[in-house]
Amino acid sequence: MSTLFKNARLIDPETGTDAPGWLLVQDGLIAAQGDGTPPAGAAQIIDCNGKCLAPGIVDLGVKVCEPGERHKESYKSAGLAAAAGGITTIVTRPDTTPAIDSPEALEFVTRRAQVDAPVNVLPIAALTKNREGREMTEIGFLMDAGAVAFSDCDHVVENTKVFSRALTYARSCGALVIAHPQDPGLSQGAAATSGKFASLRGLPAVSPMAERMGLDRDIALIEMTGAKYHADQITTARALPALERAKKNGLDITAGVSIHHLTLNELDVADYRTFFKIKPPLRSEDDRMAVVEALRSGLIDIISSMHTPQDEESKRLPFEEAASGAVALETLLPAALRLYHAGQMELPQLFRAMALNPALRLDLPSGRLSPGAPADLVLFDADAPFVLDRATLKSKSRNTPFDGQRMQGRVLATYVAGTPVYRRA
Amino acid sequence: MTFAHRHLLGIEQLRPQDITAILDLAETYVDLNRQSDKHADVLAGLTQINMFFEASTRTQASFELAGKRLGADVMNMAMQASSIKKGETLIDTAMTLNAMHPDLLVVRHPHSGAVDLLAQKVNCAVLNAGDGRHEHPTQALLDALTIRRAKGRLHRLNIAICGDIAHSRVARSNILLLGKMENRIRLIGPPTLMPSQIDQFGVEVYDDMRKGLADVDVVMMLRLQRERMDGGFIPSEREYYHRYGLDAEKLGLAKPDAIVMHPGPMNRGVEIDGTLADDINRSVIQDQVEMGVAVRMAAMELLARNLAKARAA
Repeated sequence: MSTLFKNARLIDPETGTDAPGWLLVQDGLIAAQGDGTPPAGAAQIIDCNGKCLAPGIVDLGVKVCEPGERHKESYKSAGLAAAAGGITTIVTRPDTTPAIDSPEALEFVTRRAQVDAPVNVLPIAALTKNREGREMTEIGFLMDAGAVAFSDCDHVVENTKVFSRALTYARSCGALVIAHPQDPGLSQGAAATSGKFASLRGLPAVSPMAERMGLDRDIALIEMTGAKYHADQITTARALPALERAKKNGLDITAGVSIHHLTLNELDVADYRTFFKIKPPLRSEDDRMAVVEALRSGLIDIISSMHTPQDEESKRLPFEEAASGAVALETLLPAALRLYHAGQMELPQLFRAMALNPALRLDLPSGRLSPGAPADLVLFDADAPFVLDRATLKSKSRNTPFDGQRMQGRVLATYVAGTPVYRRA
Repeated sequence: MTFAHRHLLGIEQLRPQDITAILDLAETYVDLNRQSDKHADVLAGLTQINMFFEASTRTQASFELAGKRLGADVMNMAMQASSIKKGETLIDTAMTLNAMHPDLLVVRHPHSGAVDLLAQKVNCAVLNAGDGRHEHPTQALLDALTIRRAKGRLHRLNIAICGDIAHSRVARSNILLLGKMENRIRLIGPPTLMPSQIDQFGVEVYDDMRKGLADVDVVMMLRLQRERMDGGFIPSEREYYHRYGLDAEKLGLAKPDAIVMHPGPMNRGVEIDGTLADDINRSVIQDQVEMGVAVRMAAMELLARNLAKARAA
């Protein structure tokens, strides 16, 4: 079975090219690509009409609320939302209820994902039992069961002895540890970033310095243990020099940022709009610009949706009491395209951060358009304008900060291993 | 005079002329409240519900009296004792009350922004009686009226606000109001009790009270909450009093006719010397309480007028 995508605008993050061409898929893998006259004889031909064809997005850090809160998001709804958003691999977070901290829990997740999700699902397991920061999980068994990384998500392992041992043990297993750099003392109870806006609104706030302190501590521990480390979200200017030094010193460290911290700032909270309450809280415009620049320069490696479904009940509360997090599977690509339309990022750069880099970090063959890679692809119109209506989202939870906003860029079709999992009607 | 607001959620939304309108109307109620017949019937037939999610004696009594003197049917609901304990959300509580057709809803809540949230869900006029550390607009208005009566004007005054600025909604509303009326504002307090980047609000910040009080016309003291005294924000009560408590000696640095204010309830010997608080030549603390009723009557009357207009339309 072969499929030819002809008349495409190929976005290849590996070579950094954005050019007209064709792509041939054979038995679920990319067989060849090129410009000029496409080869004949393909069983199926898809005319891309000059639209963009890029590797499917690999989204590192998606919350699916199974087990525990399936009413907020299930593997089925998350899978459909991901497919509609051009995401072909979701890397799921273990911060469920209960946490994914045992091989048995991980097997449940894998089974549910296989049954229901149309996209690839790779689970992250908890680093410590119940994400409590006291005892490490069975890292070896969990890797055997399919865990691709280990993280306590937004829970910082406060005890440095526990964290250093977990990092050391993880290194011996070759496991990737993902952490949330944040000083737990300073950030306790915070609902906003400290500064003029938080002071005006009277919200408990955390200094942006708390992120740098968390990162500094983690960098020291990586230097000590030699562990493979990924900072889930770097969102402030003050944390960037530390990250740069750590990379220069040859530590095995990468960093991510959420799409919301790249495209929104603290002022978007306006009159206590809880859909803009995320963790860490939205930052100042200066921080946002610094983080965009760091992404552009490659200092920050990965863009994630940090998809966090919350139901209406947990959001329709006073700001301090409201739950944190936003859904983003379906808005990740159009929001990221804001950086492209603003002239801040080229498309291959964006897909390097959304597809190639996360795949490389997790040792996946996807995220690229080279022969031999799985035919996980997204076909999208980078320019199509629309106004987001959250009622149309496929996620069970619709807590998006982009409701009613003008966006540009629509997914036309998504393919996993050459098979269409989404087609825009 | 136009006062085109549906709710009174904060000083932030008000224009200087709105503030003047409330204060001018309040003056008439000051006179009324000093007569033996204190009744006006501008709110007759209307229902006022006081919802206090946080304990309050003074503010609640002041709003209750204001409503009753204007002829409204006033109901008090002590929310910290009822539905919250049963797990009802704020929105559900609001919807339940809304079904009872209140006309004026007076709300105090421990979380910033909670009153804004509630106002979006009900179809009556909402008055913010204090939300978290965000705003307490009627307190700022009654302070403004007190200052205007004592000083003869509400502009170009040097006003010091002293104490726990960080946790104070009174301070935030006063900074906004006094700034809009073009006064010079100084904030005095230990840096641990200052909000971040507060200097960007057009105020001068002092951690030395003696320097901050030099030549001010008004000294506004804030209450220091007991729970802040445990060493987390300040070392001790006695050190705080030594450095930031207002006594006759520190007040001597202010202008000779400077007035002393406090929103109450006072911690005598913590933020203010007891004798000074009772000095009728300097302290206007009792006037503040009196102005409170008048300002709340004025605010409710203006909102009720707009409510009537909106319902007629």
